[in-house]
Amino acid sequence: MSEVPVTKDATPVADALVALSGVNKHFGALHVLQDINLNIARGEVVVVIGPSGSGKSTLCRTINRLETIDSGTITIDGKPLPQEGKELARLRADVGMVFQSFNLFAHKTVLENVMLGQLKVRKIDKKTAEEKARTLLDRVGVGKQADKYPAQMSGGQQQRVAIARALAMDPKAILFDEPTSALDPEMINEVLDVMQQLARDGMTMVVVTHEMGFARSAANRVVFMADGRIVEEAEPEEFFNNPRSDRAKDFLSKILHH
Amino acid sequence: MNLLFDYFPEFRDGFLGTLSLTAASAALALILGIIMAGFRVSPIPPLRAFGTAWVTLLRNTPLTLLFLITFFVMPQILFPGTSPYKLAVGALGCYTSTFICEAVRSGIGTVPIGQAEAARSLGMTFFQTLRMIILPQATRTVIPPLSSIFIALTKNSAIAGAFSVTELFSVSKLLSDKGYPIGWIFLWIAVAYLVITFSISGLFRLLERRMEVSR
Ligand SMILES: Nc1ncnc2c1ncn2[C@@H]1O[C@H](COP(=O)(O)OP(=O)(O)OP(=O)(O)O)[C@@H](O)[C@H]1O
Ligand SMILES: [Mg+2]
Repeated sequence: MSEVPVTKDATPVADALVALSGVNKHFGALHVLQDINLNIARGEVVVVIGPSGSGKSTLCRTINRLETIDSGTITIDGKPLPQEGKELARLRADVGMVFQSFNLFAHKTVLENVMLGQLKVRKIDKKTAEEKARTLLDRVGVGKQADKYPAQMSGGQQQRVAIARALAMDPKAILFDEPTSALDPEMINEVLDVMQQLARDGMTMVVVTHEMGFARSAANRVVFMADGRIVEEAEPEEFFNNPRSDRAKDFLSKILHH
Repeated sequence: MNLLFDYFPEFRDGFLGTLSLTAASAALALILGIIMAGFRVSPIPPLRAFGTAWVTLLRNTPLTLLFLITFFVMPQILFPGTSPYKLAVGALGCYTSTFICEAVRSGIGTVPIGQAEAARSLGMTFFQTLRMIILPQATRTVIPPLSSIFIALTKNSAIAGAFSVTELFSVSKLLSDKGYPIGWIFLWIAVAYLVITFSISGLFRLLERRMEVSR
């Protein structure tokens, strides 16, 4: 898999859960995503790294259409992303998203945060939704804080609640956009541990992160982006020990010396 | 003093007239204003255009002109035989809704964009997101301007007096026509207005305080 040259068109693989082909996007004159081809298999964990401004967040956000694309196609589980509307909403429910700044609903308790999508989108009855929310909160280690408001919790706790909120929808895949970048160092691991566990449980994950430890231990593949292009993809060990492109060598030498 | 007691029923009816005119128009304005704010931030272009046109047209028309149109043009084409009271509520409500719309819209702007993105990424529709996530968080910033808008509405309701709706100002006309000293009439009318506007600011100050206590 790691030998596939990135310039070749990625023909949708049979078991690709997420498939991007020929995706382009501009912000005005800026060509943020340039001819992106990427297939993500069911159960695969893909880590996206690259310098600031290379388009990692944008890539992540196009997958559940928080950003629209100018050309190319994106399919989730074989279905192309629909236009804005009911159908898109349904599809978004199948793709969870965890943000750098947590984005928990500030006016709702932790428990309500995890129940809301189940009640309003999945139309699950209240009792089942609450049971599930409590189970998930226990699983990410914040079961005792269920009645608190987000502002009363630490960043690490909030991010774990955000993961529980995404899991409550039974998503097919979860997108993480720098989930630990806003956290104090001592809280990073509590979030990474939860993500490690998810990866082991077979969740399909796209993770934008600078945490090389996580990439090495949990990722099946590392995708390196620079200037809106996927410059290199490889298995973690190979990528970190033997980066092929100069951009990747340069980037790794900078972050590893920090 | 005598004047107030001699004509107490008239003053009372005028006071109640202004009160009910204000309350009904405020309710209409609140509902329309929130809907229009929703339109103006919606992803659907025709709705956005409608919201913008509504605000631009109504807010920039002098209220007296709006009353003239409502009383003399509208009944000809749309609602013949509507009572002056209902027409006045319609004119005042629609006019005030534009100010409420803009206050709500700026309140929506103070809610971090990440809140809406999180809701949408859960699969909530635009209107679910607006109603359950954005508006509740915008309320706190919208309360103070709403108070001024409703006070302005109270005073604007005087225009209805000129269109044969019984309210405080029509009482002043009645009594000055009978030759009573204008100073005393105006004093009592001013007091009546102050009672209403002070109640509005008090009510909203209370609401504000309540919002701060809850978290
Ligand atoms: N809404 C937007 N409008 C205009 N330009 C944008 C917008 N969002 C991002 N950009 C620009 O697009 C480029 C790619 O942004 P993106 O956020 O995807 O980068 P990134 O790789 O996630 O960077 P970082 O590591 O800093 O998060 C940047 O130059 C950024 O300034
Ligand atoms: Mg980013």
